Amino acid sequence: MLSPILLIPAILNGLLTGAVYALVALGLTLIYGVLHIINFAHGALLTVAMFAAFFAYKLLGLDPYLAAIGLTPLFFCLGYALQRFVIGPAAHGEDRNILLITLGLAVVIENALLYAFRADTRTVNLPYGFSTIEVGPAFLSVPRVIGFCVVIAVAVALYLLMRFTDTGKAIRAVAKEKLGAELSGIDVAHIYAVTFGLGTACLAVAACLLLPTYYVNPHAGNAFVLIAFTIVVLGGMGSVAGALVGGLIIGVVESLCGLYLGESLGQIGIFVIFILVLLFRPTGLFGERA
Amino acid sequence: MKRTGIILAVVALLACVPLVTSSNVVLNFLVVALLIALVGQGWNVLGGYGGQYSFGHAAFFGTAAYTTGILQLHYGVNAWAGLVIGTAAGALVGAVTGALSFRSGLRGSYFALVTLAFAEVLRIIASVAPITGAGVGTLIKLDLRPEAFQFQSRVPFYWIILGFVAVSLLIAQRLEASRFGAYLVAIRENEAAANAAGIDVFRVKLGAMTLSAAITAAGGCFYAQYFLFLDAGIAYGPWISVEALLAPVIGGIGTVFGPLLGALVVKLLGEGTKLITGDVPGLDLVIYGCVLILVVAFAPRGIAGLMKRGRFWPAGRRHA
Amino acid sequence: MSRLNRRRFLSTTALGAAALAAPAVLRAQGQPIKVGILQPTSGAMSYSGQQGRIGAQLALDEINAAGIKSLGGAKIEPVFGDAQSTPEGGNAEVEKMNGAGCAAVVGGYVSSICLAASQTAARYDLPYIVDVGVADSIVTRGLKNTFRFGPGFGVVAKTALDNLVALNDAAGKIAKTVMIIHEDSAFGSGLAKLLNTQLPEKGFQIIETIPHPTPTRDFNNVVTKIRAQNPDLVIPADYYNEYVLLARTMQQQKVRPKAIYSILGGAASSYKFVKEFPEAAAYIMDCNHWFDPKNPKALDLKKKVEAKGEFFTYEVYMNYSAVLLLADALERAASADRPKVIAAMETSTFSGHVMPYGPTKFVNGQNQGAAPVNTQVLDKDIQVIFPAKFASAKPVFPMPA
Repeated sequence: MLSPILLIPAILNGLLTGAVYALVALGLTLIYGVLHIINFAHGALLTVAMFAAFFAYKLLGLDPYLAAIGLTPLFFCLGYALQRFVIGPAAHGEDRNILLITLGLAVVIENALLYAFRADTRTVNLPYGFSTIEVGPAFLSVPRVIGFCVVIAVAVALYLLMRFTDTGKAIRAVAKEKLGAELSGIDVAHIYAVTFGLGTACLAVAACLLLPTYYVNPHAGNAFVLIAFTIVVLGGMGSVAGALVGGLIIGVVESLCGLYLGESLGQIGIFVIFILVLLFRPTGLFGERA
Repeated sequence: MKRTGIILAVVALLACVPLVTSSNVVLNFLVVALLIALVGQGWNVLGGYGGQYSFGHAAFFGTAAYTTGILQLHYGVNAWAGLVIGTAAGALVGAVTGALSFRSGLRGSYFALVTLAFAEVLRIIASVAPITGAGVGTLIKLDLRPEAFQFQSRVPFYWIILGFVAVSLLIAQRLEASRFGAYLVAIRENEAAANAAGIDVFRVKLGAMTLSAAITAAGGCFYAQYFLFLDAGIAYGPWISVEALLAPVIGGIGTVFGPLLGALVVKLLGEGTKLITGDVPGLDLVIYGCVLILVVAFAPRGIAGLMKRGRFWPAGRRHA
Repeated sequence: MSRLNRRRFLSTTALGAAALAAPAVLRAQGQPIKVGILQPTSGAMSYSGQQGRIGAQLALDEINAAGIKSLGGAKIEPVFGDAQSTPEGGNAEVEKMNGAGCAAVVGGYVSSICLAASQTAARYDLPYIVDVGVADSIVTRGLKNTFRFGPGFGVVAKTALDNLVALNDAAGKIAKTVMIIHEDSAFGSGLAKLLNTQLPEKGFQIIETIPHPTPTRDFNNVVTKIRAQNPDLVIPADYYNEYVLLARTMQQQKVRPKAIYSILGGAASSYKFVKEFPEAAAYIMDCNHWFDPKNPKALDLKKKVEAKGEFFTYEVYMNYSAVLLLADALERAASADRPKVIAAMETSTFSGHVMPYGPTKFVNGQNQGAAPVNTQVLDKDIQVIFPAKFASAKPVFPMPA
């Protein structure tokens, strides 16, 4: 089992898979880090994005990588509106309520998709969908390699945004000390909405990256939610770098555990890490000490 | 002890239901609703009174269900004994996970997520372990005798689950009136202050979690007897963790009747939306989700909260 | 307790009481007969539930053209129930169907739902006809009301293996090593367990058995293992989405064993898969539920379904057949009275279905003639390759390089 023929592809595949997980987690970590809400609707929103990417291809003939350019701002606006006009006002500021509302949203979104588009699994068959690059003993799927590069780019872009732009600084301020930020004139409701929008925009990109190799149906996004939560915790809530590194680590862990324990039992590796991090270093790899 | 009177009156009223109707649709509906109320009351002890939100109550539910199922199927243990042992097993899981979590000082969302992780770990193990039947699941033998905790008619099941719920209501009421309960609420309101005041925070939280797990575990054993089939997704799946928290939060968190009210309302809502939309797939759940959001938006303290004040309770602590 | 019993007896729904107490006279005026159609139309199994309902509806349309003749042309009125892909959901729906006075319930699809629902139905002696659910335990509980039209996985495994041995022998015994990839819930695990005992008995060597959850996000590692260990045969048993992912990943990584021999392979005999991914699907074999390709009624139904823009999947024709089977029982019972329907089902010799089973014969609720057939994807179409009686093409084994 330790043979490099199995190990190297497992690690490389883990990195590629982990990159997409990281992108999904990126959105979640921003939302958690700033709004302090556990966004139950994250998986459902990913599903919406996947449907959007699918229809962009089917109806407009847009290649998913091109569609991402249009869908990202669209989903930013969607996320912004959702937080500003639905979640924020309905929650009255109580954490518990936000939890329920995102739960309700998840149910509404998933079933609205079921109602509108039925349960059929939809896929796209792209010409480069099956291309591979050979790296040693591994056959790496081209769309996934592209995905990896895009994720790194997005993570870097977000990091720079958070570090150097006014909006980014405002977001970090609100995350750290909301009352203080409010008192210094930051429009907190707007910042919350921007953050949610950024989180949703990440999902749009992730959906476009997944489409060439994965599939779409009303439940598709759910499969990524728990893993995303694990990465958020591992990386440190609110940390962009944490989400990226955490995602890659989890991807590799999942891959190696799957190799040694079988795909079913292998999933346990993810949650064991989850528990260990929570018990011994809850702030995660890059999170700020509480 | 006026409250006890109210509890007994409500239970007595509910007990009369089989005398007025013989509709099995209604009885089945109520059995499931009461089961959720029981599981929800378990959650309420820890989450409502203790302020520690758990997303993984499935861990206790599932452990108890599998324990009683496996004992009956593979070791020929009597179902009633299985109930006791199963409940104890669920409580044990609660104690262990609680000890680990609270020792590490986990609170708030971190605590919620770790409970979720524990439930998932158990689910994954159950899906591959031979003793649970792995993917094939555990099928308890059909044996319609009271000694085997199975009944031909739905009515005895109804009275039994009602009995369990009654006990859980009394436990909640005693909790409210007891010193332990006061400590628990103090911890919920301000853990640091409670600690400073000399309360053994760890002990109290652990006690609450064990009690909470035990109540939910009893529900798990009941589920096993009522449905006779378990697999990893049924026993440890997120569905039961969500139901466990939904009922008390909708009905009134930290109140005696909250979980019962919430369970009935949520289940009625589910049935109601199905009736309205006929059999168009998905539409009933869309309405269900919308109503959920609306309820939260306009009754943030839950239904019991609405009733308590007779008007809208203004927004509580803003999240800092 | 006796007071309750009397009350319950008296206030049972009017139809139920009438059916139990009075003869079929009440129905002779062509009053519609209610039949419950239970499918998981929302939740994880919603696609299958949706397809099952289509099949049931087509059968109902056909039956209701003339109605049940022995009951004065009475039409069958469906009571649709959404099991929400959970046993509790299925249970609640059966209760409602019983309350509505249904003469029988057809469907369930998922084994766990079938188990719970048929058990509930048994309380009321309500006949329950399983459409697909393959767990063997469904028909071994001694429930008089439960009938399964299709095969259980015991029969499926045995048929699949017998056919595999025949296939292998005919090609000169070129296959010896096997890897099994299966989903980890009831049907996949149950099947894998049987294969693990039976394959070695037939002279095959199992290199590895890999379970995976539903859903699985990625099969690259599984396929890497397949490539590294290079089995002659890969045997997958999955639901649709995972099967497609697996097949696509195998194509991508250029893994080509001598055959992909699926057993209850979720997409292996699916027109949808063949249409959307013809290269990945080429030459894949399956041992699965399939209609009788030599039956003109089946081909007619296929045309009808495809004209609606739907795929002709097994949920469609199995539910279609199951509902027709029930109608036949109602016809012969000349009554919607539950015990009579059950009796009629027990003696059923129905051949008006579209499956390659021959006339039905139920022993302990299991239709004895029910068996899967072997198919292979050839020339972008699905052909039956075994048994010879229903075959429409010759197998291609091994897969061309």
